[in-house]
Amino acid sequence: MNGTETHTLVATVADHPGVLTRVASLFRRRGFNIASLAVGHSEEPGYSRMTIAVEGSAEEVKQCEKQLYKLVEVVSVRNLTGAPAVSRELAMIKVRVRATERPGLAEITDIFRGEIVDVSKTSMIVQMTGAQSKIDRFLDVITEYPIEEISRTGVIAIARDDVGPRNGRARG
Amino acid sequence: MSATNGQSTNGSTAAPKTPRTGGEVVCDAMLAAGVDVIFGMPGGASLPFYDSLYHYQDRIRHVLIRHEQAAGFAANGYARATGKVGVATSTSGPGATNMVTCMANDIMDSVGVVYITGQVARPAIGSDAFQEADVTGISIPITKHSYLVMDVDDLPRVMSEAFHLASTGRPGPVHVDIPKDVFLETTTETAPDQVNLRGYRPSKVGNARMVRKAAEVINASERPIIMAGHGIDISGAAEELLQLATRGSIPVVSTLHGVGTFPETHPLSFGMLGMHGLAYANFSMRQTDCIIGLGTRFDDRAVGKEDEFGPGAKVVHIDIDPAEIGKVLETDVPIVGDLKLTLQKLLPLIESRDRTPWLDQMNGWRRDHPSLKIPDSPDSVLPQEVVRAIYDISGGEARVIADVGQNQMWASQHFWYERPRMFFSAGGLGPMGYALPAAMGVKLADESQDVWCVTGDGGLLINIQEFNTLAAEGINVKVAVLNNAHLGMIRQWQEFFYEGRYMGAFLDNPDFAKVAQAFGLHGVGTSSRDEMKDAIAMAHEYDGPVVLDLHVDRVENVYPMIVPGTGVNSVIEDPR
Ligand SMILES: Cc1ncc(C[n+]2csc(CCOP(=O)(O)OP(=O)(O)O)c2C)c(N)n1
Ligand SMILES: [Mg+2]
Repeated sequence: MNGTETHTLVATVADHPGVLTRVASLFRRRGFNIASLAVGHSEEPGYSRMTIAVEGSAEEVKQCEKQLYKLVEVVSVRNLTGAPAVSRELAMIKVRVRATERPGLAEITDIFRGEIVDVSKTSMIVQMTGAQSKIDRFLDVITEYPIEEISRTGVIAIARDDVGPRNGRARG
Repeated sequence: MSATNGQSTNGSTAAPKTPRTGGEVVCDAMLAAGVDVIFGMPGGASLPFYDSLYHYQDRIRHVLIRHEQAAGFAANGYARATGKVGVATSTSGPGATNMVTCMANDIMDSVGVVYITGQVARPAIGSDAFQEADVTGISIPITKHSYLVMDVDDLPRVMSEAFHLASTGRPGPVHVDIPKDVFLETTTETAPDQVNLRGYRPSKVGNARMVRKAAEVINASERPIIMAGHGIDISGAAEELLQLATRGSIPVVSTLHGVGTFPETHPLSFGMLGMHGLAYANFSMRQTDCIIGLGTRFDDRAVGKEDEFGPGAKVVHIDIDPAEIGKVLETDVPIVGDLKLTLQKLLPLIESRDRTPWLDQMNGWRRDHPSLKIPDSPDSVLPQEVVRAIYDISGGEARVIADVGQNQMWASQHFWYERPRMFFSAGGLGPMGYALPAAMGVKLADESQDVWCVTGDGGLLINIQEFNTLAAEGINVKVAVLNNAHLGMIRQWQEFFYEGRYMGAFLDNPDFAKVAQAFGLHGVGTSSRDEMKDAIAMAHEYDGPVVLDLHVDRVENVYPMIVPGTGVNSVIEDPR
């Protein structure tokens, strides 16, 4: 397990001003690579959930988890990589298309279970949800169309209930 | 201090429900934590706090330092000497940024200091107001935690959390930034009885199964070594360490911060390891089959080349900080816990074993590589002799605070420290200028102890303004300047690694004795061996601060030395 791969960490953090700065500062200072970071409310008032996709070897990511724990405002960290979990990302892709090209793009979008959410004379906006790999594949397939803009949320993840012993520290 | 890891009471249970100003809340929190000294300098944003200190001056001593960096270092010395939390304060902007080095120093050396900085008033925050700086933004990566208090009602809780965080688990600096108007406002809030931080639950006793495994590994080893770190001191585990070593006949080496956690004259003590550690300590690390790391982070200056550090040895590592375990060395038995409590569980499982062959081997290295022999020097006084003289004249009972550079290494090598909290040095960050202010904090922690500041000439100049504080406050610190007219450690590296191309290594010093006198201190300069010893004896007897400008050999090097990036095999020993 020495190779670099992308790990998905899910952290529960107190919803204080500056908490994002602390997490970002930690990653920068220790040289951990963030592939994506998504933050939003959790089920519990006063606490946010962060899903952090981090690149590194298993040892590096272990160290990263431990350093995250040391932040006082971080209540729990779980590494969902390889664990039964559902992870999703939302992407919106604005593609430059002439009217004649629309059906082609619509067909590919359909195959990927995406949605066309906006159409203009010169472009279409595709909304794609799913595993990150699916979105990447979609982008690979549509390379023949000029892409004007992509906006991705970064992955969010949640463990499935049949998960074994928890990977992270028990919530207090 | 971390032995009382659990929840700390804030002591303010009896606090009245009468309104208190923000400044009074801070003072009460200090008293609740048993801290009665604060080091600092006032400024516009902290003036309301100084008004509270005015009213608390019968209970809290304010020491006016002459540069805020000295406040932080003095608070560090106070914290390390007492095991309590040190407190330093400054105004906003420049006052606060002057303490940034201190925070970085505390976090590296796991020292609990609470920093109270003034901030511009809330409505002005973010407007680039006079003396505004985003100091909580600056302090994030160099503190254990930080707060910007925007509501005075939060302050009682924040202050008790700050003292709790600074002193428990792995201690560290906590920064509390308080806007001027928050100091002035009043609150009827009191701190909760118990600190309750969901994301902060330091472990207590190590995992029982791992403790048993540690005992098995240790009992089975032929050539174990204990590497004693700062954690022994922090957790108050020196007695348990002594029992572990003697029960198992296990030799002990220490890190720089572990110096004194095991009595250095004990036959099982093999001194300090590392870059300037004793040759025999380092030789032993190459041959050991079991490294028992206690409260250490296996710092690179101690470990050197990782693959020559106990190659093939089993590693047992006990530390309160899980992030230190496995960070540097692959660990066979990882144990997260408070050292004292964990060693108490481990001790009954340790078999007493005869390890004579191993100890014979180590003593053989000790005999053949006498790293502490001071060579003859007819024409100059050697700096090592100064440290020895302080040892002899104080009967080994002085608290020694070393600065950074060659002086630091000699002070660690040529004095035999028998107890924790006798030797203080800034090992992790290595900021020159630490020793003089830290010595003030160590002295005020317990004025019955003799306190010697051993500093280089270069390091002294970095915080020499504190001569004024020594004089004004009558802080009885003895300052021994190992005056080699050089940034000695720099000169040594340029000699060894840059073929003697000296650049920025020479110091054109003032007459430090006269400088001291100008500050109203007793200052003496010497350059002969007899004068040096007389001066130290005089200072030892003198009732008040003394500065000794001791002219020593200008080109003496620190030995032994392991060249960075090489292993112990290529250790440079004293050629004389
Ligand atoms: C603030 C700071 N600046 C620079 C250094 C780099 N440095 C390490 S040792 C040293 C020389 C110290 O000289 P001196 O205080 O005279 O002590 P000596 O080595 O001569 O005993 C220097 C410049 C440092 N450690 N800290
Ligand atoms: Mg010098």
